[in-house]
Amino acid sequence: MADKHSKRSIGWMGLQRGHQARPLEWIVEKGIFLVSLSAIVMVFLIFLFVAREALPVFLGKMNNASGQKVIPVAEMDKIPPAQLQEYLGLTDKEFAAMDRETKKTLMEVKVETAQEDSKDKDATANTTSWRYLLRPHQWSGYDKPEYIWQPVAGVQKFNIIPLLIGSLKATLVALLFSVPLALGAAIYVSQLTSPRKRELLKPAIELLAGIPSVVLGFFALIVMASVLHSILGYQSRLNAFVAGIALGLAVIPVVFSIAEDALTSVPRSYTQAALALGSSKWQAAWKIVLPAAIPGVFAAVVLGFGRAIGETMIVLLASGNASIVSWDIFDSTRTMTATIAAEMAEAVVGGDHYRILFMLGALLFVVTFVSNFIGDLVIHRLKHKMEGKR
Amino acid sequence: MKKLISKLTIVAAMLAIAVSARAGNITVKGSDTLVILAQKWAEVYMGKHPEVKIQVNGGGSGVGFAALQTQTTDIADASRKIKPKEIEACVKAFRARPTEYKVALDGLSVYVHNDNPVKELTLEQLQGIFTGKIKNWKEVGGNDAAIHVYSRENSSGSYEFFKEHVLKGQDFAASAQTQQGTAILLQSIARDKEGIGYGGAAYGGGARALGVKKDASSKAVEPNEETVVNGTYPIWRYLYNYVNPALDKGEIQSYLNWIRSAEGQKIVKDVGYYPLPEKLREK
Repeated sequence: MADKHSKRSIGWMGLQRGHQARPLEWIVEKGIFLVSLSAIVMVFLIFLFVAREALPVFLGKMNNASGQKVIPVAEMDKIPPAQLQEYLGLTDKEFAAMDRETKKTLMEVKVETAQEDSKDKDATANTTSWRYLLRPHQWSGYDKPEYIWQPVAGVQKFNIIPLLIGSLKATLVALLFSVPLALGAAIYVSQLTSPRKRELLKPAIELLAGIPSVVLGFFALIVMASVLHSILGYQSRLNAFVAGIALGLAVIPVVFSIAEDALTSVPRSYTQAALALGSSKWQAAWKIVLPAAIPGVFAAVVLGFGRAIGETMIVLLASGNASIVSWDIFDSTRTMTATIAAEMAEAVVGGDHYRILFMLGALLFVVTFVSNFIGDLVIHRLKHKMEGKR
Repeated sequence: MKKLISKLTIVAAMLAIAVSARAGNITVKGSDTLVILAQKWAEVYMGKHPEVKIQVNGGGSGVGFAALQTQTTDIADASRKIKPKEIEACVKAFRARPTEYKVALDGLSVYVHNDNPVKELTLEQLQGIFTGKIKNWKEVGGNDAAIHVYSRENSSGSYEFFKEHVLKGQDFAASAQTQQGTAILLQSIARDKEGIGYGGAAYGGGARALGVKKDASSKAVEPNEETVVNGTYPIWRYLYNYVNPALDKGEIQSYLNWIRSAEGQKIVKDVGYYPLPEKLREK
């Protein structure tokens, strides 16, 4: 008993020397710690899951070339069991547990698979290898080497270049549209306007973040696309430009609220000093406050990039989703996120298409991770510089 | 030891309860094309047989087959035939080929904008247009304007069906814009004078369906019940139900039989698809 007591006195359950016992607070504190820990564990687990599903692609361990020799069903009893097991793609346990009739059915199915495989000369190519994922290839029926994403076909074509370009194109348009607007609004709201207008404008812009992306996407699909089409008169009604503008609407509140915070947190004395030395409000905002808040502004842009490249619903609805390689922003485009969302439902679990889609997911994960990491790095550098430490 | 036995009995009793509770339950999962029809079937059937509970889910034909393999659904809805790869997975999972039932007919219509002067196209012209070899409407007797091709997502049964039957397995033009559903596709075509797309005949409205000719010399056929059921309209398909043969008895069997009876087929017509020809029905 005495032993237990001495243990408690070092802080267990909130019992500390010279303090009143507060076990409830202790429990709450540990609870919060567990919750935050589980968030980290969750992110880690999700990454593990995505990476595990995509691993065979990264390692080049998949082969969808239809080169397997078909063994006629009649020869089933002639070939050794080990060879039969390998031919049917069974594990030891499955093979031992399976009766003869089932194995025979499986052999019949193998023959059917071989018949279904097209007579295409491309059928012998392993289209899941990196060479076909990244470089153009002249498929039969095409008159020049091309980047083709056609995952549902006799010969599945998984070139991811059109999707990479599609994602980058839509994201770039979104950032070009939203960053100047959001930064301008942030400077105006934090530096130039009166407190009353500020109280009105800030929540109004931040309210944009509350619009569900599917609503924004639908709005872009039905209204914005038609209006922009009739004004600008380009070829395809749904394209990277329309999707980018709609994406921009989703990015604006993200960039705005972080940039505005950064600008507001610059000490008031900077502005006052500038004003006292005779600069105008504009000069103070543009030449003094903005440079001082650059790390925060940069962070805002990086987060905006992450939001734009990861957004799915808007691009799925408004981009037209044609997987073509073109840098023209008025061409229809297909992004990685929209591809995953649209195609995952039909992909055979564990199949080639499924794994390639997970590979795209892992790629997105890496891109956002790297961009956030670089953002962090630059912010630290800039902060040090700002504070005159180096 | 006694404790262990009593524990085991409790577990066994609970399992028995769970199984008996499931007995009157049928789960249906799969094709989004079929989901409205399947729901209607379930609704009417449950009205007649209150002791049976039927749960219908969409997600896509492939999702239905995946659920059939993992045995999380009793019946898989599909708007296409099962693929050998999927049969293989089923055989590995439950040691038998899934049983296939044809449950309805569906005709795919080709849609253009209402103001488009083109009234009919041959299958060959359609193949040219959708693979991107024919790029201008004047090549098929229309205005001098670029053709805008609209297609469906490659997860849709219509996509695969159209690719196989009209494109003869060739790839869709890369510039084809893919739409999330037939309704959205029709919206886009109704707003695009140079647009062309395809979709289930169940939808319609907003745009106009073209007549389709088997070849240059034959007559153009409009999609409607008569032409689809007697097979003169060239772009049609069966809709399927797949079931694990071990489960194809009792409630599930009588449900599947009812679907293919005159009564079930009447609902097919109400929803907007086409009923099976007499010879394929269950008496």
